Amino acid sequence: MGLLSDPSRRKVLTGLLTRLNTPICIVCYLAGIVWFMGLAFEPFTLRTYMSENAMGSTMVLLRGAIMMLVCFCSGMPVEWLVKAMQSRGLEVFTQSFSRKLPFPDENKERYMVRGTNVYGILRAPRAPRTEALVISAPCSPGDSNNQAVGLLLALAQYFRNQVYWAKDIIFLVNEHDLMGTQAWLEAYHHTNITGMEYSPLQGRAGSIQAALSLELSSDVITSLDLILEGLNGQLPNLDLANLFYAFCQKLGVLCTIQGKLQRNDWDTAEGYTHAAQTMMLMVLKQACGRSWGDHGLFLRYHIEAASVRGINSFRHYKTDAATIGRLLEGMVRKLNNLLERLHQSYFFYLLPSLSRFVSIGCYMLAFGLLVVILLLRALDLWVHLGAPALAAPSGPGVLTVLTPVVISHLTGVALYLLPVHLQEMAVEHFPVSETEAVVLTAVAIYTAGLALPHNTQRLLSGEGTEQGWKVLKLTALLYLAVLLGCTALINFSLGFILAVTLVPITASMTPHMPKALSALVMVLLSPAFTVLYCVFIYQELIEAPVSVSEGWMLFLSVISQGILDHALYGSLVYPLLALFIYPCWLMFWNILFWS
Amino acid sequence: CEIKQLSDCLIRLLLDRRDGTRTSEALTPAAAARDEFQEELVIRPLHSGDIYASFQFRTLWDTDFLQEGQKVSHYRLFPKSLGQVLSKFSVRELHISFTQGFWRTMQWGQPFIPSPPGAELWVWFHDTVSDVDGNWKELTNVLSGIFCASLNFIDLTNTVQPSASFKPLGLGNATDHRFLRYATLPREIVCTENLTPWKKLLPCGSKAGLAVLLKSEKLFHSSFHSQAVHIRPVCQDEQCTSKAWELRQTLNVVFDLYTAGQGKKEWSLFKMFSRTLTEACPLATSSKVYVDITDNPELFELSPATPLLSQAVVLGDRRTYSVFDLTRAETFGQLRSLNLLLRWKGDGEMLRPLLHAERYVAGFGLQTGEIHTVIYNNHPYRAFPVLLMDSVPWYLQLYIHTLTVTSKSRDNKPSYIHYQPAKDRHRPHLLEMLIQLPPHSMTEVTVQFERALLKWTEYTPDPNHGFYVGSSVVSALVPSMVAMNTNFTQDQPLFSSFVPVKEESSYFVRVYTEPLLVNLPTPDFSMPYNVICLTCTVVAVGYGSFYNLLTRTFQVDEPSLPLAKRLANLIRRIRGVPLLT
Repeated sequence: MGLLSDPSRRKVLTGLLTRLNTPICIVCYLAGIVWFMGLAFEPFTLRTYMSENAMGSTMVLLRGAIMMLVCFCSGMPVEWLVKAMQSRGLEVFTQSFSRKLPFPDENKERYMVRGTNVYGILRAPRAPRTEALVISAPCSPGDSNNQAVGLLLALAQYFRNQVYWAKDIIFLVNEHDLMGTQAWLEAYHHTNITGMEYSPLQGRAGSIQAALSLELSSDVITSLDLILEGLNGQLPNLDLANLFYAFCQKLGVLCTIQGKLQRNDWDTAEGYTHAAQTMMLMVLKQACGRSWGDHGLFLRYHIEAASVRGINSFRHYKTDAATIGRLLEGMVRKLNNLLERLHQSYFFYLLPSLSRFVSIGCYMLAFGLLVVILLLRALDLWVHLGAPALAAPSGPGVLTVLTPVVISHLTGVALYLLPVHLQEMAVEHFPVSETEAVVLTAVAIYTAGLALPHNTQRLLSGEGTEQGWKVLKLTALLYLAVLLGCTALINFSLGFILAVTLVPITASMTPHMPKALSALVMVLLSPAFTVLYCVFIYQELIEAPVSVSEGWMLFLSVISQGILDHALYGSLVYPLLALFIYPCWLMFWNILFWS
Repeated sequence: CEIKQLSDCLIRLLLDRRDGTRTSEALTPAAAARDEFQEELVIRPLHSGDIYASFQFRTLWDTDFLQEGQKVSHYRLFPKSLGQVLSKFSVRELHISFTQGFWRTMQWGQPFIPSPPGAELWVWFHDTVSDVDGNWKELTNVLSGIFCASLNFIDLTNTVQPSASFKPLGLGNATDHRFLRYATLPREIVCTENLTPWKKLLPCGSKAGLAVLLKSEKLFHSSFHSQAVHIRPVCQDEQCTSKAWELRQTLNVVFDLYTAGQGKKEWSLFKMFSRTLTEACPLATSSKVYVDITDNPELFELSPATPLLSQAVVLGDRRTYSVFDLTRAETFGQLRSLNLLLRWKGDGEMLRPLLHAERYVAGFGLQTGEIHTVIYNNHPYRAFPVLLMDSVPWYLQLYIHTLTVTSKSRDNKPSYIHYQPAKDRHRPHLLEMLIQLPPHSMTEVTVQFERALLKWTEYTPDPNHGFYVGSSVVSALVPSMVAMNTNFTQDQPLFSSFVPVKEESSYFVRVYTEPLLVNLPTPDFSMPYNVICLTCTVVAVGYGSFYNLLTRTFQVDEPSLPLAKRLANLIRRIRGVPLLT
């Protein structure tokens, strides 16, 4: 602060910052990227450890005489489930729900959705119904998850005969995967965020402390995969992951995260690449803001939840059902021991492997280095604008800056609203299905936005002045910095990915650059292309590379899924991109074509 | 501790012998009526397959603690510790219960004496008491010593004075609720340390009679456990010319067939309590075991069978009981012990009790929420009114303007509302309403609240567990299916005579909802040091410098003069010539 109150030293400092602005920015950008890539390097990360005392030191003796039942779910056998749960001594209730999607979901082939959730409550002896744990298994037609319900019932039977429960346990079998969970959770908490129609719940068990979701698609299981990424990039407390890892180690079960096994050779190039790939997968999954399992919807209600997915990778190593039963029993018993909600460990983290984590204190620096570039450029512009030599007799009118801002945002609103609302009109006039209509309308509006600068200029009274674009750029830079900063606080991955692509173009953009080339670069680094790149990188990382045309189709389906996730579960990525990031990018596009 | 117990036992034995000799030499009816002790155990197989055992011990004493000038100092059956408390604090009526678990009305029906999870205490003071709050405070502290419980946590922040829900159950027509205090501690955990002092209040302790069954390792291996003490004045006889004091000690327990039966659907006294009965308490005038056999033989089979049957109307239902009188030697048979055996046959399903209530917190996030209380009237054609009482701690700031009562999706206007707003850190909210429940309906009462931000010293040691809100109480006169017994007779079994029945067509029921666990906004206590350091740094550096910048006046600094000029100026000043610049 002494620096700022001393005018001469302040002058030196600002002089230094403006003179060395570009080199500093380049160094910051490179440092940010390098720092981020370094996060996957094992010596730089911390080993995970159990923070919660109630789960750490207590002994849990596992008996787990569990027989696996096989349940072939073709549709939802509601009556059978009710009977099966009742015969195991649970209080059983059902809940029906229905929902009309805004447009047909072509990935899952559904439009008018009607379903029934069945749940049974195991009442803990001498407990006053204040706390509960949830074990859920989605039951969908086909073979996709037929083993989970069997395991769930077997667990229910075994748990019913035990005396040590201190929390009620809710066994939930939900239909239509996420939609069933959403309906059940909304009914349980008596809220309605997404306009789902559901019948009220008859039985409750107090405040839910934690939840586990089971997904077992085949009866042969070679490894278990833990899925943590939830809605809007929310993650459960790291202790839940630690708990899973600890029991996998104890029982000798192969466990993976992002479907990738852990390697011990961190000092080799392959080892590092492996960790980096795992971390990149997590970043990509988190950034897309959707719930990657049923657990993701629990997180909104402050319920720590994770999905456990059984994987059959056709290796020789097999895990029998009893072991998986023991693993779940152990996890549930430890959760049952909890005295408080899980809160001791981290809520913000990245996992390069199951035994290593990067905390928020480490990874935020990478993001900070990128965003500081925007602030430096803004400072530079501020200094230039304030310099007396450049000061025009009359500053640019408010209108000069406000018009592009307002028009960009109106385009954003159009991009947010029109695709869903205009689908009927589009279907009438063009030979496309509803889903295609929505996606193609979105793409069309996005592209049409590129033509705006010419029209914006026409609206303005006079010529765009040199000072005009500087003020606009200053505004846009600060706006982007605030936007990215807020995004990264909630969803680091999304903020970081956007910063990586948006910061270089926004920091360097001026009207004096070669128009054609810079326009091309800008378009190639626009938010939509960022999504496209993410699709390709994701496919590459899960070892299922796609061709350009397949990638394009995937890109279109990602857009439709994004819009659907927003409408069905309240995911915020689509509105964020449409209402804020895209208009912000348009403001810079305006600057490029400033005349 | 052992030694103390032994000496207690010896003294009691000596006392018993002395009393015994005295009563034997003067066995006049008048002397025998001075105090008497009855014990009773009711066993009811429940539809869900669980088994409900309810103990009641009643001591009647024809004396009045509260009479002026009369000092009661000789105690025989009535526990002295309680008698002294009653007279010292001028207590007119005292009800205290300790419960571990939640009574599952949907599966178990109504209990004989309901109680909420945790500890509940309600006391009517005599109307001569001037400082009720002071008496209440001392009384809770004394009781917490007697029952080895944390009743000392009862203070003004969780005490209310309900205006209508808790009327005195004994003699007297007190209506001024200034002399009533009601408090619950939903978090109280009940265990053996509460059971032992409770057993010590019994005349025979746990040495003889039904109380031998009260083994804590079995009683706490159950689905539900509740023990209570009720003290009230009652009539001595039918004419009600003079007052007697009644002490009822009740213990209710529900055993779980699944976890303890290990697959076999079979119950016996020995399995439940790991003891059998061999004798009645020698001090008891009556000692009986009732087994509810109304559902026999579809549901279960009882052995040994007894020819003694009794019918009682309890909770609006006529039930048949097998009676085992422990004062008669033939009850015990040749083995000299009584071990009842129940073999299960049927399979239970959910009940539809006429009145049922539940409660939950709606919404998410740590700012606001909504309390929903749902009351079911399952009577097919009768509407009846219920009194709903809610006592909510001050840290949930109720928005009373958002209170809605809806039945059958229509607004249901309560005919009586008594609301006392909370004062932060001083008293809780109290909301009492008289609501008419339409037949076969679900009535939902909702009220929104905001979660208060506590001071950092006010958080419990486990703030992330959440904060408890006590059960709400639904009291009602439910229309009865059969005519209730209204005449006051001596030979009524204890379990059906606790709540006085005023009219034939309805019976009194009290239903407690589950307590709530609410999370309040909680700071991260795990890093207070970091927080303190950061805050101090921000305050010191940030605030200081900004304050400095904002208040200082800036002036352009004159470049300092070279040394030669300064020397010249020095000389010029001495000479009085204008200075150089």
